[in-house]
Amino acid sequence: MDILFQQIFNALTIGSVYSLVALGLTLVYGILHIPNFAHGALYMVGGYITLLFMESMGIHYWLAIFISIIIVGLLGVVMERLVFHPLRNAPPIHDKIAAIGVLLFLEALVQLVWGAEYRRMLSPYDIVVDFLGLTVTAQRLLIIGTAIIAMILLHLFLKKTITGSAIIAMSQNREGAFLVGINANKVAMITFFISGALAAFASSIASPINLVFPGMGHLVILKAFVIIIIGGMGSIPGAIIGGYILGFSESLSATFISNDYKDLIAFILLVAILTIKPKGLFVKGAQS
Amino acid sequence: MMSFLNKRNTTILLVVVAILVPLLTDNPYLLHIFSTAFIWTIGVYGLNLIGGFTGQLSLAHAGFFAIGAYSVGILTVKVGLNFWLALLLGIMITTIMGFLIGIIALRTKEHFFAIYTLCVGYIIYLVIYKWEGLTEGVRGLIGIPPPAPIGPITFQTPKSQYYLLLFFLVFTIFIFTRIINSLIGRTYMAIRNSEELAQTIGIETMKQKLVSFVLSTFFAGLAGGLYASFVRFIGPDISYINVTFDMLMYLLVGGIGTLSGPLVGTLLVVWISQYLQFLQDYRMLIFGPILVLLIIFYPRGIVGGVQTWLIKQRAKKSQKEISQNLQSVVVKEEK
Repeated sequence: MDILFQQIFNALTIGSVYSLVALGLTLVYGILHIPNFAHGALYMVGGYITLLFMESMGIHYWLAIFISIIIVGLLGVVMERLVFHPLRNAPPIHDKIAAIGVLLFLEALVQLVWGAEYRRMLSPYDIVVDFLGLTVTAQRLLIIGTAIIAMILLHLFLKKTITGSAIIAMSQNREGAFLVGINANKVAMITFFISGALAAFASSIASPINLVFPGMGHLVILKAFVIIIIGGMGSIPGAIIGGYILGFSESLSATFISNDYKDLIAFILLVAILTIKPKGLFVKGAQS
Repeated sequence: MMSFLNKRNTTILLVVVAILVPLLTDNPYLLHIFSTAFIWTIGVYGLNLIGGFTGQLSLAHAGFFAIGAYSVGILTVKVGLNFWLALLLGIMITTIMGFLIGIIALRTKEHFFAIYTLCVGYIIYLVIYKWEGLTEGVRGLIGIPPPAPIGPITFQTPKSQYYLLLFFLVFTIFIFTRIINSLIGRTYMAIRNSEELAQTIGIETMKQKLVSFVLSTFFAGLAGGLYASFVRFIGPDISYINVTFDMLMYLLVGGIGTLSGPLVGTLLVVWISQYLQFLQDYRMLIFGPILVLLIIFYPRGIVGGVQTWLIKQRAKKSQKEISQNLQSVVVKEEK
C-alpha cells in the first residue's frame, strides 16, 4: 500500500506541473485558436532563466522565479506581437509552422548561450520530510502547494477582474466580444503573458526534481497537448483535470506496468481518445 | 529567352546538369552533399503531397522515414535479404503503416490532425528507441550494406550512388508531377481549399485524403530506405520530431504546395547548412527566424514568390500592351 500512496503523491506532483503548462496552452488556444507549438520553448526558457539568476547572480530561489515569470511572460507578448499577430488572418497551417520556427529558434538560442549539457537546479527545499507517513522531499510538497495556489489565483483573476472577464468572453465568443468593445489585441497580449508566466512558473518549480536542458520542453508540451485534448481544447477546468488524469495514469502505469514505456501512456491515451472521438472530448457544440 | 526556358526545356536542362555534376568534379564531399539532399528531397515531396496539396499538415513524416529506413536496415542486416528486395518490402511496410495510421489520423481535422500526427511521430520514436531487441535501441543499426549490384552495375563508389539517387529523385518528381497534374491532384487541391465544398461536389474526401496520405508515406519510406543504405548507419535520432521540422523547413523555404518547391528548398537549405557547418546545432538561430519571416511575407516560399512575381510582371506587360494599343487606336481616330 505504501507504494500506492507514494505513487499517488508522485502523480499529484507531475500532474500539477502538467496542469500549469496545459493551462497556458489552453488559454492561448481559447483566444486565438492557435495550437502554440512554441509553448514548450517558453517552458524551457523559463527553467534556464531561473537557473541563470540563481547561479550566476546568487539570487534567492523565489526572486529568481519571479524574474523568470516576468521575462518569459514578456517573451510570450513579443511572440504574439511579432509572429502571431501578423498571421491572424492566415490559413491555420501557417500559425503552426510559424510556432515551430519560434520553437527551433529559442532552442538553438538557449543551446548557444548555455550549452547542450544537462544541468541541475538546486532548490533550498531539497530536504526530505515526513508527510503523513510518507518520506518525500519538500520540493514535491512545494510543487503541489504552489501549483494549486497558482491555479486559484488564475481562477480569481479570470472571474473577478474585468480583464479576466474579457479573456473569458473572447474565448467564448470572438464576435460577441468585439461587439461589446473588447480590445482583441490587448486581450491577446495579456493571454500570452499569462501563458508564458505559467510555463515559466511550472518549469521553475519542476526543475529541481528534473533537470534543465534544451530539449526539456519537448515531452512536456506534447503531453500538454494530450491534456488539452482530453480536457477539451480551450477549456480551463478541463486542462486542470486533464493534467491530473495524465499524472495519475503515468505514475500508476510506471509502477504497475513498465517504467520504460511510461512516456508512451500519454500518447496511447491520446490515440485512443481521438480514435473514438476525432474532435476531442468535450468539444463545444457550436464550434467546428 | 523566355520561350526557350519553358517548363520542358528547363527540366531537361536541370537533369542534364545533374548528370554532368559528377563528371565535372571528383570531390566525394560535394557528391555526398548532393546525394543527401536528393534523399531528403524525395521525403519532402511526400510531405508536400499531403501538407501542401491536400492541406493536412502531417508531423509524423520523420517517423515514416524512419520506418522505411529501419525496415531496410533490419531486413538487410538481421535477415540478410538482398537490398532491392528489402527496399521493396520496406516501402510496403511503410505504406501499410501509413494506411493503418491514416485511417484513424485522418478522421481528425486541422489542429487535431497536426497534434495527432505529432504524437504518432513521437510514439514511433519511442518504440524505435526502446525496442532494443529489434532496433538495437540507442546504439543504432550498423553495417547496412550499400545497394546490391544490378547485373554489371555496382553501387560502391560515391559517383554510382549519386546516379542511383538521382534516378530515384527523377522518378519521384515524375510521379509527383503526374499525380498533381491529374484529376486526382485537382481533387487534393479542392480538399485543401475547402473540405466541405469538396464533399458537396461529390468528392469522397476521406478516401482521397487517405490515398494522398499513403502516397506521401510511400515517398517517405522510399527516402528512408535509400538513406539507410546510403549512410549505412541509422539511429533512433532519424525518427525524432526535429527531423520532421527539418523537412518542413525544406518544404517551406522552397514553397509549400508548389511543384518544384521541395527540390529548390531542400537543395538550398542543405547547401546553406553546409556553409554554416561551424554553426552546427545553432543553424536554427538563422533558419528559425527565416521560417517565421517566410510564413508571414512569402507563405508560398521561394518558388511561390517567384511565381507571383512572374504573374505580376506578365500582368503589367499585358496591361502596358493594352494601353499602348488603346493609345494607338485613339491616335488613329483623332487623325
